[in-house]
Amino acid sequence: MSALVPNRFKGKLIVVEGIDGSGKSTQISLLSQWLRSLGLAVVFSEWNSSDLVRETTRRGKKKEMFTPTTFSLIHATDFADRLERHILPPLKAGAVVCADRYAYTAFARDVARGVSRTWVRNLYRFAIRPNLCFYFRVPIDVALGRILGGRDALKYYEAGMDLGLSRNVEESFRIFQGRIIDEYDAMIGEMGFQVIDATRSIEEQQATMRRIVREKLGAILDNGLLRVPAGKEGSDDATA
Amino acid sequence: MTRPLEFYSEPLPGVDTSELQGKLIVIEGPDAVGRSTQIARLRSWLGQKGHAVMDTGMARSALAGKGIKQAKLGNTLGPLAMSLFYTTDFADRLENEIIPALRAGFVVLTDRYIFSIMARATARGADPKWIEQVVTGIALAPHAVYYLRAEVPDLVSRVVVGRGAFDYWESGMDVRFGRDMYESFVNYQGRIIRALDRMARQYDFEVVDAARTPDEIFADLQARISRLFHPAP
Repeated sequence: MSALVPNRFKGKLIVVEGIDGSGKSTQISLLSQWLRSLGLAVVFSEWNSSDLVRETTRRGKKKEMFTPTTFSLIHATDFADRLERHILPPLKAGAVVCADRYAYTAFARDVARGVSRTWVRNLYRFAIRPNLCFYFRVPIDVALGRILGGRDALKYYEAGMDLGLSRNVEESFRIFQGRIIDEYDAMIGEMGFQVIDATRSIEEQQATMRRIVREKLGAILDNGLLRVPAGKEGSDDATA
Repeated sequence: MTRPLEFYSEPLPGVDTSELQGKLIVIEGPDAVGRSTQIARLRSWLGQKGHAVMDTGMARSALAGKGIKQAKLGNTLGPLAMSLFYTTDFADRLENEIIPALRAGFVVLTDRYIFSIMARATARGADPKWIEQVVTGIALAPHAVYYLRAEVPDLVSRVVVGRGAFDYWESGMDVRFGRDMYESFVNYQGRIIRALDRMARQYDFEVVDAARTPDEIFADLQARISRLFHPAP
C-alpha cells in the first residue's frame, strides 16, 4: 500500500485531522499564528475549498445527489485542485503549508461510507506526504456536544444520513462518525500520526503541538524556510 | 446471447450485474475523428431495428457537467483535477444513467468511456497505473469498444475544413504541447492516439479505420454491431 509521495521540496507541510467537533481547526489556526510570529511564510489550506469544484459540491449536497463513489471522487477532485494550486507552489517556494484536513480524511470517511479501501488509497497516490500530521482524538459525545453547542443542526452527509444507518440524525451521526474514528485509529501507526488528546484544554493541546513541531522540524524553523518580507511581520495578527 | 456485463474489479455497492439486461457499446477515438456523427446515425438505425437507445458522453452528468464546463471557461483546470473531475462526471453518469438504462434493457451508446479519461491523463503526464486503477475500480467492462482510429493529419484536415479553428482543450493548450494551437494539437492528439493504441489489446478494442468516408465507417459499424446482437453460431 503506497503512503503518498515524500516531500522533496524546501517547504514543510503540517496537517491536522480528526472528526468534526474535535477542535482541530482552532488548533491549526493557533499553530499558524505562532509560526508567523517566528517570521515564517505560512500558507493555510482547508478541505473543500477549491473555487473550481465548490459549485458542484454545493449542488450535489443540497440536492442529495451523491453516492459514496461520487462523494469520494468530487472530494478528490477538490483536493487535486487545491494541491496543484495552493499546496505545491508554496511548498516549492519554501513556505510552511498548514492544512486543515488532508487525504486521510478521505481514507477514513470514504471507507466508513463503504468505498473500497485500496481504491481510495490509490485515488490519492499523487498527494505529498506531510512532514507532520496531528490527529485530534475525541470521544463522539464530546464532539457532538461541541457541534450542537455551535450550530443549529447536524448536516446530512456529515451525519452519514445518505447511508440509511438510522432515521434519527444524532444516532446516525454517532454510528457514522464512530466508524470514522475506527478508521483514523487504525491508521495511526501506518501513517505516523501524532495523536493529540482533544479532551484536554485548548492551551495544553497547543503547547503539545508547538513542542512537537520544534522537535520534528528543529533548526529549519530558524533558518532554511521562506520568511515573511521585512516590514510585513505580524500583519496576520488580526486573523485570530 | 452475448456475455453478461461485469465490472473490471469489485462491483459498485448495490449493483447486481445479473440484472443488467441491456448492451453497453462504447465509441472511442481522438477529437474530430467523427464519433458524434456516427453515434447520431447508429442511434436512429438501432431505434428503427426496435432497440431502445440511451446515449451519453463526457461532461453530460447532472452532477458535474456544468462544473466542468465552467472550469474549462477559465482555462485554469490543472491536469490532476481535470482527470478527477471527468472521473466524477463519469461515475455520476454510470450510477445514475448508464446502469439504470442497462437494468431497463436499453442499448447504451457512449461517446467515449474510461479510455479517453486514461489517455488524456497520461498524455498530460499522469502516472498511467494511477488513473487506470481509479477508473477500472468503478467501471463496467463494455460489450464492445469500437475505436475510431485515424492519423493526426486526418484529424487536422477535419478541424481545418470542418470547424475552421482549433479548440483550446482539444489542442491540449493547458499543458502547451507546442508554440501555437496547431503545433500543440498535433503533438497532443498524437499522444492521445498512442495512448489509445496501447490500450487496444488489453481492453479488446475493435479498431475501425476512420480515415474512410462517414458512409463507409457507418456500414462497418453496422456490420459489427449486428454481429454483437446476432453472433454467428
